[in-house]
Amino acid sequence: MSVSSDYLEQEFKQPSLLKRLGWFDWLWALLTVAGTVYAHIHYVEFMDSYEVGILYGTAITLIWLGWTWKPTRQLSLVIALLSLFAIALYGSDLARGDSNFFLKYLVSSQSAIMWMSALYVMATFAYFFGMFARSDFSNRVGSALTWSATAMGFTGLMVRWRESYLISHDVGHIPVSNLYEVFILFAVITALMYLFYEGRYKSRQLGGFVLTVISAAVAFLLWYAFARGAHEIQPLVPALQSYWMKIHVPTNFIGYGGFALAAMVAVAYLLVERRPEGWLAGRLPSLEQMDDVMYKAIALGFAFFTVATVLGAMWAAEAWGGYWSWDPKETWALIVWLNYAAWLHLRLTKGWRGRPLAWWSVVGLFITLFAFLGVNMFLSGLHSYGTL
Amino acid sequence: MNDTTSPVRARRSTGAIALEFLGSMNLAITLLVVIAIASVIGTVLQQNEPYTNYVMKFGPFWFEVFKALGLFDIYGAAWFLILLGFLLISTSICVWRNTPHILRDMRHYRVDVQEKSLRSFHLKAEWDTPCDRSDTAARAAALLSARGYRVRQRAQDEHVTVAAMQGAVGRLGYILSHASIVVICLGGLIDGNPPLKWQELRGEVRAETRDIPAGEVPAESTLSTDNLSFRGSISIPEGGTSSVVFLQLRDGYLVQELPFTIELEQFRVEHYPTGMPKSFESDLVIHDDDLKEPLRQTIKVNHPLIYKGYSIYQSSFGDGGSSLSMRAWSLDLPHQEPLELNSNVNRFLRLTTTRGERTLEFTDFKLYNIFPLDENDTSGKKFRNYGPSIVFKVRNPAGEALEYVNYMLPVELEGRPFFMSGMRATPSEEYRYLYLPADAAGTPQRFMALLAAAHDVKRVRSTIETQLGDMVGTDAASKEVRSTMIESITRLVALFVEQGIDGVVKHAEASVPAEQRQEAINSYVNVLQGVLGALYVDMLRSEGVDVAQGVSDADSQFFDDALNTLSMLGAYGSPFYLQLSAFEHIEASGLQIARSPGKDIVYLGCAMLMVGIFMMFYMHQRRVWIYLTPRDGGTNVLFAGSGHRNRMEFEREFHALQAELEQAVPRRAAAD
Repeated sequence: MSVSSDYLEQEFKQPSLLKRLGWFDWLWALLTVAGTVYAHIHYVEFMDSYEVGILYGTAITLIWLGWTWKPTRQLSLVIALLSLFAIALYGSDLARGDSNFFLKYLVSSQSAIMWMSALYVMATFAYFFGMFARSDFSNRVGSALTWSATAMGFTGLMVRWRESYLISHDVGHIPVSNLYEVFILFAVITALMYLFYEGRYKSRQLGGFVLTVISAAVAFLLWYAFARGAHEIQPLVPALQSYWMKIHVPTNFIGYGGFALAAMVAVAYLLVERRPEGWLAGRLPSLEQMDDVMYKAIALGFAFFTVATVLGAMWAAEAWGGYWSWDPKETWALIVWLNYAAWLHLRLTKGWRGRPLAWWSVVGLFITLFAFLGVNMFLSGLHSYGTL
Repeated sequence: MNDTTSPVRARRSTGAIALEFLGSMNLAITLLVVIAIASVIGTVLQQNEPYTNYVMKFGPFWFEVFKALGLFDIYGAAWFLILLGFLLISTSICVWRNTPHILRDMRHYRVDVQEKSLRSFHLKAEWDTPCDRSDTAARAAALLSARGYRVRQRAQDEHVTVAAMQGAVGRLGYILSHASIVVICLGGLIDGNPPLKWQELRGEVRAETRDIPAGEVPAESTLSTDNLSFRGSISIPEGGTSSVVFLQLRDGYLVQELPFTIELEQFRVEHYPTGMPKSFESDLVIHDDDLKEPLRQTIKVNHPLIYKGYSIYQSSFGDGGSSLSMRAWSLDLPHQEPLELNSNVNRFLRLTTTRGERTLEFTDFKLYNIFPLDENDTSGKKFRNYGPSIVFKVRNPAGEALEYVNYMLPVELEGRPFFMSGMRATPSEEYRYLYLPADAAGTPQRFMALLAAAHDVKRVRSTIETQLGDMVGTDAASKEVRSTMIESITRLVALFVEQGIDGVVKHAEASVPAEQRQEAINSYVNVLQGVLGALYVDMLRSEGVDVAQGVSDADSQFFDDALNTLSMLGAYGSPFYLQLSAFEHIEASGLQIARSPGKDIVYLGCAMLMVGIFMMFYMHQRRVWIYLTPRDGGTNVLFAGSGHRNRMEFEREFHALQAELEQAVPRRAAAD
């Protein structure tokens, strides 16, 4: 050998992740750590040790997310600034939500959620217009609107969290405790997952389809708020007063978000597949890419859904005295899990692709929807927190 | 899961065929889907309800069919467990069959790959480079290891093969995630308590369906402390103890003995302003001979006590047999003094009433009843506490029962106090409320006095006589008319008092033509108001109220309310009104006690499952080969790769690697 292999390796070496980080990445990490430590010092008396663990775990996740998927840094900062702005405006008086201009029309949780709703619907139209008119500009507007809506949605949740504590200390809780709150969570998580794939594949053409399911969630949310007054903050029943809620529910919604995303991509897939030469085909990504997004979304959803179900079982063991009671919600979680397990086996080991799996993931969305909504509407059981 | 297809042999044993069937992917996927569908049944059909409910819902025929299919306890049904068993076998076979091959595959670099097979790869590239063979190999190997590949080289004859792979550990994900299913099932099996199921199958253990004290439950329905795993519940009143729990089994229960005694010292419940419970907790004392002194611990929801492998959970709360003092005001003999009664929640009393034998079953006592002020106000901001209430059933000898909820304190409605009593025939109905006006002293006395007057036929008759007075002449015919009128009005009053306004309407329907009915009813009501009003004024006079200037607004309002109540009494269904006069609140804590030795095994399985799935999805095994053959003083480079799963991503990676490789070992210029 003419050259030493070590020398050659040095030549080909790429800088590691840490060396590739820029000043903004480090500022981001610093701000996250500072915020976390501040929260720890100020609120430690309200947290048990698990919750402190969750706090730091969240910080690590945020830093890692910001380093590996850069736009989340800006998103998190915007959410943080808007939330802090709202919290500062509120002070310790919940009534300011009705009197302060900014709170009333922008950043009180209810206003932020309304903004989120409006922006998601606008984004849907922008994406569809972009697709029909082949307008990249309109697609970019759609993208910007989706980012903004997501920021407003998260802000709404953050501020709602604070508002619950302003009502009373013992009412305060993380806003993932009922159907209204988790619908917001569903919308923002699904949107974030879509935005991730949008950046990854540098293609905005699927936006309209994915935002359709988010708009549907928004429509339900609005009906639920206006017709049923579901937006009122309610105190927690004793069973929900646990740190488990902070990890079980969001994990679950990453799963639901993945399944919803996959189903909407599957719809696009099926439309193109029906007329491969049709005018829609030229406006959407290749079949192969959609098939790939579908698989990735289901794989991610399945992985997180598994974790969520396991966390749920552990919580159940602590709250209800058994890790598995065949309660309708548990059983439906198992049904969803088995369904996507079958899907993954068909794809990964039977080598199925395309149309049948696309249909299957559309059907899968309905099964997921039933597990998420139907169980609360039609069946009674231990999970009856989010009745309609 | 069968990544490898074994070469087909000419003759195969039955065992081999069975093994292949049980380990086949088709069976596995079918099982996943079938179990999912079967699970749906158990969520749609309420499980483990009393059998009588099912008979009522489905009729006797379908009840028998469903019972035979085990649909009322589907997750314990033999066929469902067999399905799970097949899934377990199928997964085990897959793991057993694939593990050796995966482990081998993780270690093997496949440096002995044939040029021909590399050429058949989907991802490949080929070019000539002026670099010599060993330099090319060194540069390629260096590049690949800088990109995270582990590299092996082999020179054979004139060829050099550089074989590299990455992410092989991801293949462990397969083993972990599938083995985890086996582990979870095993843990679940232990907690499913097969020995108990076996004893039950052989008839050695039988569910007790009668409502009898734990001590009287026969041995065949009692489980000793040897029982490995169970989950049961018990309700202990404050100050009470228990050393057993009840396990629900199909349409009955079993008694499970505990190796210690649980005492409930105190139970506390806190409420939100909405009346929703905020927290509830129990101060428990565990008495055990193994303990030097009793173990004291407070448990609450989400914070169980674990003692000797038994987990004790706070699951609910209820009444622990509050003692109740009541006054029964007879509605048929209202002139009688009320009957003083004493009982407890969860006890019953037998009474002989004007309408026959009645059993009073006291089912609940509530200290607070907090409801939204305005039923249409969903915001839930304004609430009102209606105070203590009792729930009881009044059962006739035929076994039919009406359920009542009576509030102890008079409730203000439109500024006037009423005793509220709700009645319903079945638990699925809403309560229909009777509002009985309370007098100034806060008792039903005055209403009862009016009712007594209305019941007193003599008094009613004389009142009617006075009212009719000299309305009619003194001749014989007029006298005749007059006495008929008196008779019929007296009957009308009696009818109203006995059956309420419904009775009057029915009477009109039976005796008056349809077109004049409404008019008749109106005149009946007028007459009734007249007679009862006169009785009421009489009553006021005897109370010492000065009615010379007319009846006060409050008193006349009372009369209207009383008349309303009277008109509803016919539908009330009870021969008495039960007034709660005093109580002593005794709370009971609902505990759930579980022993699940399989839990840690299940958790181990869950951990394996989570790790395995993430490894499987996010650590992809991929291989590349560089096959070098000397050519024209330089080297021919054949670059090929294959990725396990995630094809698109690997394709991208392959092309990026190829571009880098072409820089490291550049193509020979076309001019050469």
